[in-house]
Amino acid sequence: MSDSSTPLGATVTPAAPDGFVMPDFGHVDAPHAATETSPEAALGVPAGPRKMAFICSKGNLDMAYPALIMGNAALGEGIEVHIFFTFWGLDIINRRTNADLKFTMTGNTAMHMPQLGRVHDGLEHRSLPQGLGNLPGMTGMATRMMKRQMEEMEIPTVPEFLDLLQASGAHMYACRLTFEMNKIIEADLHPGVERVLSASDFIVVTNGAQIIFV
Amino acid sequence: MPSNTLNGRTFQVDDEGFLTDPGQWSEELAADMAALVGIELTPAHMAALEFMRSDREETGSTPTLRRMNSAGGFDVKELFTLFPGKPAKKMAWLAGLPKPVGCV
Repeated sequence: MSDSSTPLGATVTPAAPDGFVMPDFGHVDAPHAATETSPEAALGVPAGPRKMAFICSKGNLDMAYPALIMGNAALGEGIEVHIFFTFWGLDIINRRTNADLKFTMTGNTAMHMPQLGRVHDGLEHRSLPQGLGNLPGMTGMATRMMKRQMEEMEIPTVPEFLDLLQASGAHMYACRLTFEMNKIIEADLHPGVERVLSASDFIVVTNGAQIIFV
Repeated sequence: MPSNTLNGRTFQVDDEGFLTDPGQWSEELAADMAALVGIELTPAHMAALEFMRSDREETGSTPTLRRMNSAGGFDVKELFTLFPGKPAKKMAWLAGLPKPVGCV
């Protein structure tokens, strides 16, 4: 744990006794690092601490959550996290829109209603007819339903989720091209957004990261 | 099931090293475990651990960071400072509880 490189005055961490079972807290200088002889090195995993980058390109309520949830989980595992919001994904960090993202059943053939199982056994697994999604008020209803379900699971709303990510140290960026295209102003962005970033700068910032596109 | 011995105290743990019997936990044990990860427990650390233990007793599951904030009123940023790296896991380990399983 400690060696000659321990800075002067730093507390020396006692070593765990032999055979002591404890979780991997990534306490060694470079957590998850691939050493020259480790199996990770043979697989081409870059040495150094793990880093993840998410690209959020969609602005539907259901498509906002995957990156927010996984990014939050990664931060909890001590992983450096970068999130790039681009195209419709900008609605997630725009304070004028992010409390009001919508969930629509149109185009979603995986939309089921668990409640229908009570009407007839098996109905809960059937896709709802696509035509239903086009009826007036359906998107509002589906959105309210999804929000209620998320709340019951104690999942924060999108604005609260961004607060949580910010407090946990996530690096969040708005895509320059779409930011300008949509004529968004910086004052409208969630305060956790560090910068408006060009695509090439994002590529530079995420050097060595695992990239997940949503 | 493995067991750990630290400074004369023996306690049962799961495969990852989390205590399996919260009754075997004590503040002194937590302090000794904290030393292994370079943390000196202050009242601020203890408040978080105590909330974790009482919330676990109440709900039956170890609280996540989000719950520490929403139900316990703890500042997430501060928890990252107090328990750097993997705060929720570190707190659960030090509080003698299983690791949190909630996604958020």
